[in-house]
Amino acid sequence: MSLSMILLTIAFFFYLVATVLYAVSVTGRKWRNKEGRVTGNNWGLFGYITAIGGLVFALGYFVTRWITVGFAPVSNMFEYLTFFGITLSLAFVIIYGIYRSNVLGVITLPVVMLMIGYATVFVTDYQPLQPALQTYWLEIHVLTTGLAQGILAVSFGAGVIYLLRTIDLKGKKMTKRTFGVEFIMYTFMTLFAFIVLTNAFNAFGYEAQFAYVNEFEEPAEIIYDLPPIFGPNEGELLSSDRMEPWFEMPDWIDSDSLNTTAWAFGSGLVLFGAVRLITRRRIGTLLQPFVKRVNPDLMDEISYRAIAIGFPLFALGGLVFAMIWAQIAWTRFWGWDPKEVWALITFLFYAAYLHLRLNRSWQGEPSAWLAVVGFAIIMINLIFVNLVIAGLHSYA
Amino acid sequence: MNQKCECGRVNPYGTEVCGSCGKPLADPDSNRLLNMRYEGAARRSQIYSTSIIDKIWNFFSSVKVGIGIIIVTLIASSLGTIFPQEMFMPPGETPEVYYEEEYGGLGQVYYAFGLHNMYGSWWYMLLIAALGVSIIVASIDRFFPLYKALKSQRVTRHKSFMKRQRIFGTTRVEDIDHTFQEAQDLLKKKRYNIREENGHILAEKNRWARWGPYVNHIGLIIFLIGASLRFFPGMYVDENMWVREGETEVVPGTSGDYYVENQGFTYEEFDEDDEIFADGMEASAAIQFEETFRTDAVLYTPEGPLGVDQELEEVDRHPIEVNDAFHFDDYALYQVDYKLDELKELSFEVEDTETDEVLGSFAVDLNDPDDTYALNNGEEVRIHSYFPNFEMNDEGMPTTENDVPDNPAFIFEMVNPDTEALDHTFLGIQANYNVSPDQEENRYAFSLDGFDTNDLTGLTVRKDNTIPYLSVGGAIFLIGLVQGSYWPHRRIWLQRNDGEVWLAAHTNKHWAPLKKDIDAITKETKITTPRDQIDDEYEKGEDKDDS
Repeated sequence: MSLSMILLTIAFFFYLVATVLYAVSVTGRKWRNKEGRVTGNNWGLFGYITAIGGLVFALGYFVTRWITVGFAPVSNMFEYLTFFGITLSLAFVIIYGIYRSNVLGVITLPVVMLMIGYATVFVTDYQPLQPALQTYWLEIHVLTTGLAQGILAVSFGAGVIYLLRTIDLKGKKMTKRTFGVEFIMYTFMTLFAFIVLTNAFNAFGYEAQFAYVNEFEEPAEIIYDLPPIFGPNEGELLSSDRMEPWFEMPDWIDSDSLNTTAWAFGSGLVLFGAVRLITRRRIGTLLQPFVKRVNPDLMDEISYRAIAIGFPLFALGGLVFAMIWAQIAWTRFWGWDPKEVWALITFLFYAAYLHLRLNRSWQGEPSAWLAVVGFAIIMINLIFVNLVIAGLHSYA
Repeated sequence: MNQKCECGRVNPYGTEVCGSCGKPLADPDSNRLLNMRYEGAARRSQIYSTSIIDKIWNFFSSVKVGIGIIIVTLIASSLGTIFPQEMFMPPGETPEVYYEEEYGGLGQVYYAFGLHNMYGSWWYMLLIAALGVSIIVASIDRFFPLYKALKSQRVTRHKSFMKRQRIFGTTRVEDIDHTFQEAQDLLKKKRYNIREENGHILAEKNRWARWGPYVNHIGLIIFLIGASLRFFPGMYVDENMWVREGETEVVPGTSGDYYVENQGFTYEEFDEDDEIFADGMEASAAIQFEETFRTDAVLYTPEGPLGVDQELEEVDRHPIEVNDAFHFDDYALYQVDYKLDELKELSFEVEDTETDEVLGSFAVDLNDPDDTYALNNGEEVRIHSYFPNFEMNDEGMPTTENDVPDNPAFIFEMVNPDTEALDHTFLGIQANYNVSPDQEENRYAFSLDGFDTNDLTGLTVRKDNTIPYLSVGGAIFLIGLVQGSYWPHRRIWLQRNDGEVWLAAHTNKHWAPLKKDIDAITKETKITTPRDQIDDEYEKGEDKDDS
């Protein structure tokens, strides 16, 4: 393993330890000082120090990888998702510095770990830069945008805490609100299950090779990294000892992607169902002990503050720098490439958020839901637009 | 119908909070928190609503309407990314067929609704225009009243203004003068501007941040105007050109003012055994990894009087690469595409089947063939037909798809000197037929002897005179955004009333840091921590009437 990957692994465990420390700080007993007065405890401080330690190691990964490849490591899915995780932890460290909210660490640091974990599903080897990316604008545009997205993601973390704190999840009846919270939980469990699954099959070197007929009616070969539930069109299994697909897909469906997606959502559902069955409670309620002492107004403010900081930065990196570079590399500052459009959508969405907040009735819970949707839009642009919609930004 | 406040100020009709002393005018007897948006100043949109102009004004001045337009634009924009736009369609396809074939029924619907060419559609443009109008109207409607109100605010505030601030508290203090002095010093240290009047204090900071939204809206308007300038003639050029190595072509879109020569095209791929990148390239689905492509270009301009014998004079030269365009005049040439190894020359050998003697060979420049080629012995080959990109048409006749020599084919004509008969030979890639009119055996046999290729560079010619406007607009927008986002406007009022210190505070955003500032006062002075009245008085929908 390269030095940079070792540093990233260390960073990952620091984030893990920091999460545990923060969890202890919000649930653990308060300490008393010499005079016997309750002063809270120092676990939060330890968590903060550990989180900063994680950030230092993560930056160590970033710098060493940069030195090796000769450009900022933000050029493919692995590198960008990892960078996004790092910027989120950086944004957390900054905002924790302002508000000292321990519970924010309990929620955002696991998201950081999920992002880094998800990144490892993609190719982690060094890949060369295509000509359009061989310029310092790669650093200017992507680093700014990534940092902005990390900060905006903190608003999501604070929003989720707000929802967990204020929504009654113990009631028997399912409402839109309880469904929404459970859906967020399910999404993260899906991501978690998928990361574990992919890395497990990878570790055992699972591969199932097929000969099949592609959409141009030409013979082709494809390798599945997960057991084939959905097989390719007229697929013939070439690897021995692998299971036969349950369903054969027509040629116009990308059967490998469908199979991967099915595994992700299926395993998420299994995990989600299992936890619900064992605990007989909504997943959200399992997190509620961490948030019960939280002041919801403060969470609302943190969520808003993160957007107020991140939005101008996003406009700068995701639109202005993007336009300047697009003019230099692609002859036009704007070309309605799907990634560009989704950056505009992100911008418009947070613009709508900021205008809605002028009205006090949109502060609090509605704002928290909006912060969740904003994060979803960022993730759509990060993952879905790259992997599913073809465009100039498709990579990895 | 202006209202005169008890403090003497005459406020325009519709004012909710007196611009001078802050007395609540709209609901003076209530004890709910004051709505501090726009300082309770009267806005045009709330005063006039009779004429049609008023109604249009009021419609666009509403933030709700503005948000509505943003959301509709957002949803529309996302619909356009479901399938690729028409401009990303592979060349040569027609949209009617393409969307149905590629995406089935959904594709048909997509095409039928015009979503395949959405961002240039009239209704999308209309949305953007509506957004622009909304930005202008809403900003004018709010900026001037807000500016006047903040400018005319007095230090001495009405008691009920104080009581109805979110942060409010009273403290009985022995030595008010001393306490005020301490508080004032602390606030000065925190970079508040202090104003005194009748013994009261107003500490204010970052009022200029309140202009941020209006500054950024001005930037947006300049940007949108700049973008619309593209539709004026002469502002924008978007042309593509292909230049073969060694050739000089007129630069389209420059009215013949410029010519560009491709002196050589370079194409490099990453070494697949590269020490660092080998594994990553192997793991990727991509087959090739381009490292560089570059055109060594020379720019010329015609000199001398217009006419056939104008000469081209060199202006400049520049190696064009992605991210490094060739700028001249208002134009720029961009490296966007290339075609490697296009056929350039085919050479043929001719044999006399009667004497088994090779008569000689000749080379045909596929982009500029001669009419006839002389062989060694004085015989002549005439090109009867040339099909650069050969195909059979529906009637079974040979034809060419275009002028690009991707699949060249010829009909060569030679005269048999003995019989005066015409020999016709069809010759193409892996094709060699006798097509003589008399169907007799041909005397001369042709064979392909060799070929030569060259590279083409694909360049985009761009002129965009809207960019200065966009840059100015974008810069102003960002400045305004930062101005409004990164500095909160905070005010702390300290009053002395009957031996008590009254403290009220307001900020346009982020209350926790404001409370920290106040904590500093309460820690160092006798003043006690004020209450955050939102905790007890918070009522949802309190200002839901606000547009």
